Amino acid sequence: MMKLSKYVLYDILRSKIILGYTLFLFIVSFSMFQMEENSSKAILSLLNIVLIVLPLVSLVFTTIHYYNSYEFIELMSSQPMSRTRILLSEFTGVSISLLTAFLIGVGIPVLIYEANETGFALLFTGMSLTLVFTSIAFLASVVARDKARGIGFALLLWFYFALIYDGLVLLILFSFSEYPLEKLTLLLSALNPIDLGRIFIMLKMDVSALMGYTGALYKDFFGSGTGIIFTTGIMLLWILLPLWLAVKKFSKKDL
Amino acid sequence: MIRIENIYKRFRKLQVLEDISATFSRGQVISLIGPNGSGKTTLIKSILGMVRPNCGKILVDDQLINGDPSYREKIGYMPQIGRYPDNMKVGQLFQMLQNIRNIPDIKLDKALVVGFELEKIFQKPMRTLSGGTRQKVSAAIAFLFDSPILILDEPTAGLDPLASEILKEKILTEKKKNKLILITSHILSDLDEITTHIMYMQEGRMQFFKDIETLQEETGELRLGKAIAKIMRGEPSSSEWIGKMLEIKTDDKNY
Repeated sequence: MMKLSKYVLYDILRSKIILGYTLFLFIVSFSMFQMEENSSKAILSLLNIVLIVLPLVSLVFTTIHYYNSYEFIELMSSQPMSRTRILLSEFTGVSISLLTAFLIGVGIPVLIYEANETGFALLFTGMSLTLVFTSIAFLASVVARDKARGIGFALLLWFYFALIYDGLVLLILFSFSEYPLEKLTLLLSALNPIDLGRIFIMLKMDVSALMGYTGALYKDFFGSGTGIIFTTGIMLLWILLPLWLAVKKFSKKDL
Repeated sequence: MIRIENIYKRFRKLQVLEDISATFSRGQVISLIGPNGSGKTTLIKSILGMVRPNCGKILVDDQLINGDPSYREKIGYMPQIGRYPDNMKVGQLFQMLQNIRNIPDIKLDKALVVGFELEKIFQKPMRTLSGGTRQKVSAAIAFLFDSPILILDEPTAGLDPLASEILKEKILTEKKKNKLILITSHILSDLDEITTHIMYMQEGRMQFFKDIETLQEETGELRLGKAIAKIMRGEPSSSEWIGKMLEIKTDDKNY
């Protein structure tokens, strides 16, 4: 598996997009910590970057990479190499490069300025979200027939998870505000990895009041050990499920 | 070596392959001919597992091809349009394929690499190569591993006369090694000297599969083009195609 991932990684590094992304994250994170006197405020600003930019970059980058390496995939499929292995190698290559970019760009500044529980929660969320959206992007690109559709689909998913979903949750909460909704909102938060990540970090900070409706209710649950296991489990599910579907779809696809 | 049993393939509304059955064995050089869109490439891609037939079975060396990809170790494939990763250098491409198949240097058949003088361009990235040079690379890759089965999709299209001659010589050498060679081509004069069997396809159906002696006997013609023209005369669409083929052949001679 690593044999192939090595070439995928090599190809990604040649294109220099990842380098730019790393630099962007690094500059943004550093300037946040420099500008804010209180470093936990900086974490809050960084949180928004992690929740909005990371999924977007992961989705778009992965989709473009998939279509650009279509020739490579085609070539490999005429060699003694199973489809599953080809796709998983691609996934490994892309995830490694995106994760490295994140760990250098955000990880180093966070470790310098805010190496505590909140900082690590931020890094954990960022890494999970990168993997989740890489996995989702692979599913989107395997399903879509051409590049335009694939990228469109990926952007639509980003809009849904980053913007529309919160609106829907708020709508539900307002419409049914007379009923006890705690259990339901918990379920709803699990259905969106971005929300889940937001709640998870927020509860490590004392700013839950700022973060809107979905999160505020769940301090009790997520504060406990069960909360951490729950978050990790759901994130893992969000990584593995789309990837598994993508592999399944890809094995049956005509190249 | 290859057994095809009742293959059907449909791309949405278009029936591309319809009830194809054939057995190809060692020592045969099979020419797959037919008009554009008659399903030749789809059949080849089905054998390689790149296209999944809707139903039917394909066996390579009595091994069913879905699932285990190891059977592709026995196949050297030259695609119609070789598409390779843009950023990869020619030398790297060869090295990667060797790496994937895990074959030591001594066992490689570098005759075409030498014949086409590809070592000179080992440092060039794939995207800078012309169409013909790409074809040369594809051909060299197909023959590189000394595979017992060779599948060549329009091998001489786009090659200059000199390269085309080198390739034909190489095919003849491989034929003597008792390999199974599958060729598609529109240039019937190219096939004349090499082929032992003819498989004629039209609109996804196999019209006939005969060895060349039988064909010559039945038609009383020695030249492949004329023999096929005679057989197909009954059907207007085919005779039109054959007419065009013969035209191109005379053009070739003038050229």
